[in-house]
Amino acid sequence: MIRNLTKAFEDVTAVDGLNLEIERGELFGLLGPNGAGKTTTIKVLCGLLEPTKGSAMVGGYDVQKERAKVKELIGVCPQDTAVYPYLTGRENVELFGNLHAMPKQRLKENANRLLEKMSLLQDANRRLAKYSGGMRRRINLIMALVHDPEIAFLDEPTVAMDPQSRHAVWDFIRDLKKQGRTVVLTTHYMEEAEELCDRVGIIDHGKLIALGGPKELMGKYNEKNLEDVFIQLTGRRIRED
Amino acid sequence: MNFQRVSALVRKDLKKIVRDPALLFLIIMFPVVLTIAFGFSFGAIGGTQSSTYQVGLVNMNAGGAQEQWSQYFVGNLSAIELLNIQAYSDNATAQADLVQGRIQAIVLIPANFGESCSSFLEAPNEPSSWVNASLPIYLDSGSMFATQAIPPLVQQVLVTTILGEKPTGVSLPIQLSTPSLIQTSKFTMFDYMVPGLFAYASIFLTMTVAQSFTTEREEGLLRRINTTPTSPIEFMFSQTVSNMIIAFVQALVVFVMAYVVGYRPSVSLESLVLAFTVVLVFSLCNVGFGLITATVAKSSGAATGLSFIFILPQMFLGTFVGFALSGSAQAAGRFVPSYYVTDALTSLFLRSAPITSPSVLLDLAVVSIASLTALLLGIILFRKYGKA
Repeated sequence: MIRNLTKAFEDVTAVDGLNLEIERGELFGLLGPNGAGKTTTIKVLCGLLEPTKGSAMVGGYDVQKERAKVKELIGVCPQDTAVYPYLTGRENVELFGNLHAMPKQRLKENANRLLEKMSLLQDANRRLAKYSGGMRRRINLIMALVHDPEIAFLDEPTVAMDPQSRHAVWDFIRDLKKQGRTVVLTTHYMEEAEELCDRVGIIDHGKLIALGGPKELMGKYNEKNLEDVFIQLTGRRIRED
Repeated sequence: MNFQRVSALVRKDLKKIVRDPALLFLIIMFPVVLTIAFGFSFGAIGGTQSSTYQVGLVNMNAGGAQEQWSQYFVGNLSAIELLNIQAYSDNATAQADLVQGRIQAIVLIPANFGESCSSFLEAPNEPSSWVNASLPIYLDSGSMFATQAIPPLVQQVLVTTILGEKPTGVSLPIQLSTPSLIQTSKFTMFDYMVPGLFAYASIFLTMTVAQSFTTEREEGLLRRINTTPTSPIEFMFSQTVSNMIIAFVQALVVFVMAYVVGYRPSVSLESLVLAFTVVLVFSLCNVGFGLITATVAKSSGAATGLSFIFILPQMFLGTFVGFALSGSAQAAGRFVPSYYVTDALTSLFLRSAPITSPSVLLDLAVVSIASLTALLLGIILFRKYGKA
């Protein structure tokens, strides 16, 4: 639950009075162009940034006052791949399981299951320095989820992925939803949001400009897809490239 | 504190050392290469006293009052096999030969040398009645041996001459007990260098810690760890533990390699344990300096350069390199922690000082205080300004 959340940096207000409530078990998409404030919102929810104004609760805990409790509940997949290149795929995954103090046996089972699901089991004992970019991104995602978090923050998990890897990740995210996990997904791929999300919030210049289910928004604005919804709302495309 | 987290982070850091060739060289191979190279170059290999060194001697006391003292001194100095004493009638001629590289040092016995020795023995407990004299030594600044080993050798001979550690036929009215002096005549130059090598190897932890933190910060790994339940205390403790392990391995490598190339200190097991303890405590200082560097540095490349702000003074003023410096520079060494590491290890290894020796304990205390201060300062600064 986010109440009147504002995060200002020296000369930029990245998030501007954001109000949002995400239900348990929901797969929620935060959509918007680069610089819209999606990642800043995620960082505040993870306790990495202090809000300038307003408050946020994650899993019933205040992210400012009960940060340690929040960190026990969440798994965070950062937008930029953050992995240890000198460790193997398995070691990277197990490191983060250990940081969440997982029991050894469960950690091993989870690591094997997720590596297999992401088609990385055969390469699990190779160092990440020898992985392709797509493989690294998949490890990046597994590291966030190995401990079965109740709430997963996935910040642009499929950016720069080939279509095959992207669809594998989509299947993976759908599985999370089936397991009853709450997933907050940021993306600027509108088709990704249409495909996966129960509801989406469209952010532009730090403000929430639309909120609802993908079909609901397309119906409301009488558009064929979310990209056109965004154009109608802002007068520009979500991706300029 | 959760030790599963700490253990996972420590293992991660140690794997980095083992798997990164550049780091492995800097942390482990560099001390190995350095120790072997110095062992070959400075006398540990191929016999301990195979070389002799030319030392010019100008005796201004010859023919003067109490000249027998200077004769005893010259006799004792000549007895050191490592030194080849060459007498000169005047300082100018000796200086000319020193400049031209024919000799590596000049010892100038002052005219009042004999009087000074006698005055001491007449009233050893009354300094006010002594005739004070100074014994100038001129050294070839380009000779590592001359700058490092000759002064303590001359000092030992001076003490031996006055106090009679090695009786030379002089009937002294008072025989003072002989202090625990170094038997320098049996040491090679390498023996003098080994204590400094321990500190020298550990100093580079500053660079690796700074690089590690800035790289992990640049790559978003510190932020990522910060999204897990890992507390700052657990994280910093893991860094401290992993660097202490590295420092221990470094010290072990230096000691083993020095032993392999001929270093044979007469040191007890407890002294050895204390020496390793001093090095481990010193590693905390370098972790602190590394954190301070990482706080200031914007990138890992900048961290490498900035780390030399801490590395160079410690290297030049506090390790074996410091022996070649001027008196004022050596005095400045007292402001760097590595000086006390080298001094403590020198006392333990060369002077056979017991572990309860006040000078060793004082060195350990200074290293401990400096290390804890640097570590705490590094942690505070990095947490406040360095995480962004």
